[in-house]
Order: sequence, then structure tokens, then C-alpha cells
Amino acid sequence: MSAIEKNKVIVNDFVVRFANVNGTGSASANYLFTKAIFRMGVFVTPKNIFPSNIQGLPTWYEVRVNEKGYLGRREGIDLMVAVNPQSFAKDVASVRPGGYFMYDSSKKLHPEYIRPDINYLPIPLMQMSNDAFTDPRQRQLFKNIIYVGALTALLDIEFSAIEGLLADQFKGKEKLIAPNIKALQLGVDFVHKNFTYPLNFRVEKRDLLKDWIMMEGNAACGLGAVYAGATVAAWYPITPSTSVVEAFSEYAAEMRVDEKTGKNNFAIVQAEDELAAIGMVIGANWNGARSFTATSGPGVSLMNEFLGLAYFAEIPTVLIDVQRTGPSTGMPTRTQQSDIMEAAYASHGDTKHILLFPSTPKECFEMTAEAFDLAEQLQTPVIMMTDLDLGMNDHVCPPLVWDDKREYKRGKVLDAEALEKIAKFGRYLDVDGDGIPYRTLPGTHPTKGSYFTRGTSRDEYAVYTEDSGAYQRNMDRLIKKWHTAQNIVPAPHLYQDKNKHKNGLIFFGTSTYSSEEAMDILKEEGIFVDALRLKSFPFNKTVVDFIDQHEKVFVIEQNRDGQLKSLLMIELQANPQKLISVLNYDGMPITADNILNQIKKSLSLSTPTVKAN
Amino acid sequence: MTYVKPKFRHPELPKNKLGYSVDYYEGALSTLCAGCGHDSISAAVVQTCFEMNIEPHRLAKLSGIGCSSKTPAYFLSNSHGFNSVHGRMPSVATGANLANKDLIYFGVSGDGDTASIGMGQFVHVIRRNLNMIYIVMNNGCYGLTKGQDSATADEGSKNKTGHVNLFEGIDLSSLAIELGATFVAQSFSGDKDQLIPLIKAAIKHPGFAFINVISPCVTFNNNVGSTKSYDYVREHVEATATIDFVPEMTEIITSYEEGSLKTVKMHDGSSIELHKLAKDWDPLDKISAMNAIQHAKQKHEILTGLLYMNPETTELHKLLNTSDRALNSLKKKELCPGSKALVDINAGLR
Ligand SMILES: Cc1ncc(C[n+]2csc(CCOP(=O)(O)OP(=O)(O)O)c2C)c(N)n1
Ligand code: SF4
Ligand SMILES: [Mg+2]
Repeated sequence: MSAIEKNKVIVNDFVVRFANVNGTGSASANYLFTKAIFRMGVFVTPKNIFPSNIQGLPTWYEVRVNEKGYLGRREGIDLMVAVNPQSFAKDVASVRPGGYFMYDSSKKLHPEYIRPDINYLPIPLMQMSNDAFTDPRQRQLFKNIIYVGALTALLDIEFSAIEGLLADQFKGKEKLIAPNIKALQLGVDFVHKNFTYPLNFRVEKRDLLKDWIMMEGNAACGLGAVYAGATVAAWYPITPSTSVVEAFSEYAAEMRVDEKTGKNNFAIVQAEDELAAIGMVIGANWNGARSFTATSGPGVSLMNEFLGLAYFAEIPTVLIDVQRTGPSTGMPTRTQQSDIMEAAYASHGDTKHILLFPSTPKECFEMTAEAFDLAEQLQTPVIMMTDLDLGMNDHVCPPLVWDDKREYKRGKVLDAEALEKIAKFGRYLDVDGDGIPYRTLPGTHPTKGSYFTRGTSRDEYAVYTEDSGAYQRNMDRLIKKWHTAQNIVPAPHLYQDKNKHKNGLIFFGTSTYSSEEAMDILKEEGIFVDALRLKSFPFNKTVVDFIDQHEKVFVIEQNRDGQLKSLLMIELQANPQKLISVLNYDGMPITADNILNQIKKSLSLSTPTVKAN
Repeated sequence: MTYVKPKFRHPELPKNKLGYSVDYYEGALSTLCAGCGHDSISAAVVQTCFEMNIEPHRLAKLSGIGCSSKTPAYFLSNSHGFNSVHGRMPSVATGANLANKDLIYFGVSGDGDTASIGMGQFVHVIRRNLNMIYIVMNNGCYGLTKGQDSATADEGSKNKTGHVNLFEGIDLSSLAIELGATFVAQSFSGDKDQLIPLIKAAIKHPGFAFINVISPCVTFNNNVGSTKSYDYVREHVEATATIDFVPEMTEIITSYEEGSLKTVKMHDGSSIELHKLAKDWDPLDKISAMNAIQHAKQKHEILTGLLYMNPETTELHKLLNTSDRALNSLKKKELCPGSKALVDINAGLR
């Protein structure tokens, strides 16, 4: 960990970490801190590092403030706000040399926590709160607000930004504003009296964010489902996906209740397990309603059999997989991109599924809406591969947009009129040559269009048969459909008009921020690379060309086994020698430093003087 | 090899009110073993829907996996059907029903499909009171995987291989009543006269309607010593009452001895008439239904007929307060809040 430069004022570039006990109300205080910086127009990235527990265990909240717009995690803590004695040892150790350790000095700090190379900011938080407030719950809560007050003074955060936030938060409950201000002021006054302020790193107001918003990916997915016209949601609670359906439920309650009748234009069922959740989704989609579920890795495991059925019976299905570290009793509250293989080939038999890789809340919103279009157009499962980092942390991003002219793409569904016009309906007949057959919904026509839905033991007209030829024809048509999918799923983003460097980077989802930052740093050091961000699976020609046109391709992902790399090898027959994994699988979001180290190591090992080419 | 029934229409077959003759309600040629109880149940479904003047396309058939779950292919070929995965028909039915409340949902399952792998979904679909008909074709064994004991096999029952079941059998009807089902009936595949009015009433019931039909497997569980064989069931069957289903606006003409008749009004004006009632049994009283089942069990009788019913029932859509219109019929203008709403949402996120 490098030291903080002395005697140099650092503006808008630092990391603060809060060490709290979960269940003590610290979350809202910490959020206040982040949001105040957001309102000062500066890029800010908070990360929750929390245990799978409701009360009593250590929890951290890490905030990176950055002028240049880098939104990934950064290593090295400049200022630790330590309010949890349980984790003092770890917290003291994680501060950068030259950094600061703020702690609750109501109790004396044990000498073993004294490091000569860092600065200490003792504030008797508990004592101050106890003196100022009488209600025990308030004493607990305002202890947190006092440190936020202290931070505003130490980091030069505008007091008015915080006041504005409190006014918003307590609209209609204005009585609560005054005690909050009082607690904040206590913190400010204490700093003014006892410390030199502001610190050498601090916040300065900017207008970098313009009209940007701050949002969690899960909320954006839930909202995307509302906009996409989803009417049936079925789910089973699991962190970190729970808040997707919660958001859907809240937005739907606001915007989807019929004004005249007071009735819901949606239905949400908390299922008995993930098997039932996906079964309901398949049943609803089979019957013409847009329907989705959200889960995490263990849930996807349980959904495997049904996902195969949906693939073979060709039923649109939208599944939002908010990935976490495995397995079920793994670290369910830590992030990873480790369900790639599980999702891509979920189920038995020859199956493969459309995957989407959003990397911002805005993309969560847009891609969820798109997932429904794709699922219905292609009559197959579409799996949104988001993760805990994206889903449960706040991210700043451009505002959400919706084009009112946009129509839902409901795919090839024959209505009664269309059925009248055709001689004979064949549910699994490739009429258009794109591998996508026409479907009908129950209840459409008295004598035409009914069929019996089952896996594969049927012919083009859905008539039962175990004939090998019919089975194989069906499998071949499904592959044709897969090729059709290649051209309509979101195309990858290329960072250059033309690939021109020897080496390239491939990344996706939440590895994007840190990968982009790593690219910039490499460039500053004279190492130039091309880059491609994947947005979906199956991969298209752009990805094939990208790999072909580079000597080395670094595949950056957050899992142990290089799952995306494997997928590239399997699906594109990409040369494994060319693909170099850059991995992070400790459960924490990947950092630019980590990426840089791995890339540089690989480059110096093979070509010691890789510079500008 | 494909199985499509040769289409031959007999011109003189009587027609129902919709102008359809009974063959219009048939399905593909059955591939089940000759004499399988399941085929008789399919025939009862065909007859029922014909007599009730049901538009086949307004009914959706759903099933899990098993010989029993294949049967939806053998009736109502003008209905959409869905042969889903083993034990999970209830969830698919739930989704389908949520999407469009205006169709009849006809679920078919087996005792393996329901009482073992699908027990969880069976229990929860009852709890949610999904408006559907749920028929278990109960043969006490796994027909399609060649005759292993199922969880409804009675303790001590012997199958074709001579294997004696060691475990207590699960009584699905008692369980359904216990879980709050508001229509629970039991029947025998060989008793069409009883089965047809029961299916009619189940279709009319505005909530979850369960019929456990003992349906012998001639190939694997029809031997001496099996409690699900034709002979055993015929000898041990005991009906709660004989039953007639009376559609709405039908004049009741039959008259029965006073005190032996009970009429249960259904929500749409039709009614169920029960005659020659079993002693101390009231179909509207849960406790008496449970007692009747237990007493029959003690006497090694198989109690059939309507067991319990509560016509006042609140199905899932009412519980969830969903729109009176089918959710799958709603259009973008009712579903998408549009860009204007997004302005406020964005503002709230700053
Ligand atoms: C997940 C899964 N496990 C096992 C099977 C194999 N299997 C097919 S049918 C069946 C049992 C069916 O028994 P039941 O529901 O009683 O139907 P029956 O054939 O007796 O009518 C089993 C175990 C399967 N299809 N799927
Ligand atoms: S094996 Fe048994 S259940 Fe299956 S079709 Fe034959 S008789 Fe019926
Ligand atoms: Mg069976």
C-alpha cells in the first residue's frame, strides 16, 4: 500500500471506509455522507461490505471519491471511520501510511492499535451522543450522525448539501430534522476545536455529474420490468436478488394500480422455492403474460430442469441472476461473476441460453426491458447476469430514459385472425427460415392453433413422436434460432474504431469500471491496448474478429476458473494460448490495481519491453 | 411413429348446445396400456366437457410427468395443453392462471407426481387457492417407470413383483382438507356415474378443486394383495352419497326420500344434489368430513364421492386484488408508465 503524499492537497481523490456493527443504523448515516458528495457534483462510489447476518457482526461501507470518474473500487484506505471495536485490529491495519484513523474515543484505544505511520482522530462519539440525547435509540443513531458531522468539517463537505438531504429525507416529519442537525453540528464543532481541518485530501464542489442519478442496479431491474410490461413476478427470497422484486413491487404499487377500480395490473407471488418461481414464470409466459423471476446462483441451480424445458418447449422466460459468491453456504453477501457457465448451459441435454451483461443501473433498466423483447422474439430463456456489486450498491450513472414510441416486441404470436388465414398451424415449423416458429396462446381460436406443449418428443406440428429424424430436425432448428439470436442480442462495445494494438482486453459487467481505469493508467504509462466490453451471449462476429486481431487478449472477470474465457474457447474455438485470464475471486469488487498488476506481470514475462506499439 | 386419431365423424351423434358432438372433445389416440384406469378418467373428462357445453379452447390442460400426466393429450385436442416437468404442474398452472383468469385450468397429475416429487407444489397451490381443477390419477405406483411403490401405496399393499410396501400411505384427500382446500372429492376410475358429476362440480367451483381418483395400473399394481387393484377397490369402495350435478336454471324433477337429500348451491346458481347421505356426514362441515374419512379408513373402506366443500371461497386473484381483466390482455398504455413518470423517478434519485 503506497503512502499518501505529504504536504500536497489532494482534491476529490480518496477513499473513506466506515467500520460499523450491522443493525445499528449506520447505513443511513453513511448514505448521507455519500449522497452529500454526489450533490456536490463529484463522482462517488460506495460499496457495502456486509455479513450474512441481521445484527451484531462487523460491516463496512467504503466510499471512493474521484474527480476523473473512475467508479471502480480502489485499494488503500485514506480515512477509516472506526466505530466497531470488534474489527479495530483489521481496520487499523488497512489504513494507508499517512492516512487517518477516526475512532470512538469514549473508550481508550488499546496501545496495540497504535501505528506510528498513521494519524489518529479520536472523537468520543458515544459520550457526546449520550450527553446530548436521552432516548437510547437516538443515542445509538446520532452517534453515527456525529461522525458524519465531523467528516463534513474534515473533508470540507458542504453543510448545506447535508441539510438539503435531511430536508428531503424527512419531508412531512420535519420535527426530526432539528436533532439531526444538532448531532451534525456536534461533530463539526468537535473538529473545529480539536483538529486541524480540513485534511490534506478533501472534497471540492464540481459540476461533473450534470443530470446523473444514483441508484442500485436491483431497483433499476425492477423498474425495467415495470416499463417492459411485466405483469407476473414470482420469486423466492435470496440475497442479493431480493430487492429486485421488492423494487418491482414498490414501483408497480405506485404506477400499475388501475385508478378507477383500485385493482392491480400485476401479480406477485412469493413462491415456495425457486423451482416453483420459475415454473410460474414459464406458465405465465406460455399464456401470454410477460413474467420474470430474480434469484442468485443457488436459485439458478434449482431452476435448471425448468430452464431446459423452457428452452426446448420454446417459452419466453426472463430470469435475473444477481450473482454472489458460491455455494449456498458460501459468502452470500459478497460479489462475484461466477454463474456464467452455470447460466450459459443451465439444464440437461443440449441447451444454451441468452445472457445479458449490464454494467450500470441504467443498463440494468434498459437490458431488463430488452430481455423481455428478446425472450418473446426468440421464445427462449434470457438471463440477466448482474451481481451483488451492481445490484446492491448505489452507482452514479446517467439518467434513465424511455422512448414513448417504443413498442413491445411480442414476437411471433398468431391471433385468431392470423390463424384463419393459414392452412395448417405448425407450432414448431420454421416458416421464416430463421429458426423461430410461431406460437399461439390458449383461448385464441375455437378450432385452430391449439397444441400440446412438451419437451422434444414431437414433430413440427407438435404431434407426439419419438422419431429420431424429427428430434434431430428440431435440434438443428434450435441452433438456427441461436444464430438468429447472435444478430439481435446487444452488440459488444468496442473502445476503438479499428483494432490497432497488439493486445486487447475483454471485460463485462461490473469489471468494466476498473478495466477502463486500468486501461487509462496503462496508456499513461505508454502501454496501449484495445478493448471490448461484452454485453451479451451468444457472441457475434465482432468478438471473433477482436480475438483474431490481437496477439494476446486479457479476459478480465471475477471468478476463479475464467468462466467467460472458457465460454469464448467453447463457443468461438478461440485459441486458449491467446486468452489470458485476469481474475479476482475474493468476493470484493475487482480493482484497477489488481488488473494492472496481472496484465503487467503477463506482459513483462513474455515481452519485457511492451511499450507503445 | 406418430399417433393421430383417424378423423371419422359419425353424422348422427347427438350435439350439445354449442353444436359439438362428443367426438369433438376427444384427443389423440391413447398410448396407455389397455385397461389402464387413466383412460377411463380421460373418457369421463370428455363426457363431462361435452355435457357442460365447454368451449375446449377456453380450457387449458396442464400436467406433470407420468402415464397419468400424458392423458391430457388424449382428451380435448382443441384445448392447449402443457406437459411440464415431474411434480411441478402446480407452479406452471399458477403462472398460467395469473396470466389469464378467464380460462378453465384443468390439472392432471399422478400419485408419484403429486405425493412425492411434487408434494411441495401440491401443498402450496392449495394454500394459494388457485382456481383450478386438480385431478390425481392415483394407482399407488409409478406406472411410467415400471411400477415402483408410490407414497400413496397403503402400508402392507403388495405390488406385482411381490414387494410389500413398508410405509404409511399418504392420504391426499385428508391432506387437502387440512391445508384448506375448499373442494375435495374422491372417486374411482371405474365409476363414471360418480366421477362425471364430481368433475362438473369441480369445474364450477370458484377455487381450488381437488379430486383424488383411484385409477388402477393394470400392468404393475393390479394383483392380489394390492389395495389399488380393480378387484380390491370394487370390494372396498363406499360412497358418501350419490351425486348429481344440476346446472343453473334446470328444474329439479327427481324427488328423493325426505332427509336423505342435500342440495349445495354453487356460486353461479348451479347446484350439487347429494342423495342417500352417509350417516353423520355433512359435506359443508370439515370436521365431519375428516371423521368420515378416518372411520372409513378404520374399516378398510375407500370413501368416495364429495368429501368436503365450501362454496364461499376466495381464490388467488381475489387475494392478490388483480385486475378484472386478464393480465395477458393488458396493453402498453396500461402497463408502461412512460417517459413522463421517469422524469420524477430520475429527480428522486438525485
Ligand atoms: C426429475 C425427474 N425424475 C424422475 C423422472 C422419472 N419419472 C417419470 S414418471 C415417474 C413417476 C410417475 O408416477 P406417477 O406420477 O404416479 O404417474 P403414473 O405413471 O403412475 O401415472 C418418474 C419417477 C422424471 N421424469 N423426472
Ligand atoms: S403402466 Fe400402469 S399406469 Fe402406465 S399406462 Fe400402463 S397401466 Fe396405466
Ligand atoms: Mg401413479
